[in-house]
Amino acid sequence: MADVGAAIWVTVCLATITTLCLLIIATPLAWWLSRGRSLVKDIITAIVALPIVLPPTVLGFYLLVAMGPQSPLMTLLHPFGIRTLNFSFAGLVIGSIVYSLPFAVQPIRNAFEHLGRRPFDVAATLRASPLDTFFSVALPMARKGFLTAALLVFTHTVGEFGVVLMIGGAIPGKTEVVSIRIWQMVEQLDWPNAHRLAGGLLVFAFTVLLSLLIIDRRLGSPQHD
Amino acid sequence: MTHALRHASREAYSKPSRLRRAVLAGIAAIALVFPALALAKDIQVAVAANFTEPAKDIAQAFEKKTGTHVIMTFGASGAFYSQIQQGAPFDVMLSADAERPFKLEDSGLGIKGTRFTYAYGKLVLWSANPALIDPAGKVLAQGNFQHLAIADPVSAPYGAAAVDYLRKRGLYDVLAPKIVKGASIAQAFSFIDTGSAEMGFVALSQIHKSHKGSRWVVPIRDYPAIEQQAILLHENPDARAYLAFLKSPAGLNIIKSYGYDVK
Repeated sequence: MADVGAAIWVTVCLATITTLCLLIIATPLAWWLSRGRSLVKDIITAIVALPIVLPPTVLGFYLLVAMGPQSPLMTLLHPFGIRTLNFSFAGLVIGSIVYSLPFAVQPIRNAFEHLGRRPFDVAATLRASPLDTFFSVALPMARKGFLTAALLVFTHTVGEFGVVLMIGGAIPGKTEVVSIRIWQMVEQLDWPNAHRLAGGLLVFAFTVLLSLLIIDRRLGSPQHD
Repeated sequence: MTHALRHASREAYSKPSRLRRAVLAGIAAIALVFPALALAKDIQVAVAANFTEPAKDIAQAFEKKTGTHVIMTFGASGAFYSQIQQGAPFDVMLSADAERPFKLEDSGLGIKGTRFTYAYGKLVLWSANPALIDPAGKVLAQGNFQHLAIADPVSAPYGAAAVDYLRKRGLYDVLAPKIVKGASIAQAFSFIDTGSAEMGFVALSQIHKSHKGSRWVVPIRDYPAIEQQAILLHENPDARAYLAFLKSPAGLNIIKSYGYDVK
């Protein structure tokens, strides 16, 4: 069971880092997408939503190629001694960011859109700079969206399987995550341990979803803050 | 997203006639196609990933001779073994080892007396880079590479053979952090073929008909023999004919052409 500890650790690290990275990436993107509509924004919205629709095998395949040693992207990294990002923790983080992007952008964008124009008109009347308005009006008022995004991304990354299977290489302590470990246990007919780990994930996922609903009820809708 | 779902289901309920028509059309389509599927003579074969290419050739020759269609699934022997225990509907299993067919026979899931060895597999160290692997396989000990791909040793016999070999040479502990595992020998092959892993252990059959890269065939005495056995799982005359064809000179010739030993 020692390797299970390593798998849990890798999974928690992966989900935490992915969540932090995605909050940073998704916030400006969601902000931009929430301000009006245009064809360019529709195109970007569609691209962001692709990972929901595409099979993980399609994402995994493209990532495997893009992070392989022959890819033009990787040749840029060759001078730094990086041949490929496949089979590396960094590669998994990149894969997870792509895979969970819509789960970060969508709730934050919704939260920004729900704010409407009024708070910004008020801020402008008070002569707040756009940056100041963003940090002291938009961010705090959209906190529910951020919390939802963080919880969804974290859980979704924990639940990742297909992409990791295709680019991970199952290196214990580095790229072997819990979902892969469960799959191996099932294949090895190690059902007692598979039950334990799968049960743990089930409880975890349920807890997160329940807390999402409770947060939703407690915080209410942002307009009534 | 839940809003969209709710909306969609409301749509579906509010237009019962359209929904019903679609369902009826679907049932009609299935009813038309299904008898055709059921009437065709089909057998389902679970094929160990290393045997993918010869199995395709054999199926083609067998279909030409008998008209029986061979539906094949490719994967790791260990994965098939656990699927068969859960009632997977395979008629035949072509395993990459002798242990799993033996266990299937022993537990009554395989039919007694149908088990036989169809090939002896060979382990090869292979790289897509033509200059990487020397004729004596010394490169393993030099360790000037980042990733060594193998098949998952627990579910794939070729992966287990690779680990056995590395342990025997005392290299396993040194190389363990560099080992990347494919779900089957086919995924290990693709890791190496794309260059993501500089080298790795594959089955000779996977590269026997190509000249790509560099290779070193591991001496047979340095790892436990990879004795690949077949077994009948469900009584079925077509499946028995398939196994007979596998043993026939025509079948054996195809197997030998991929570098396997047969006895």
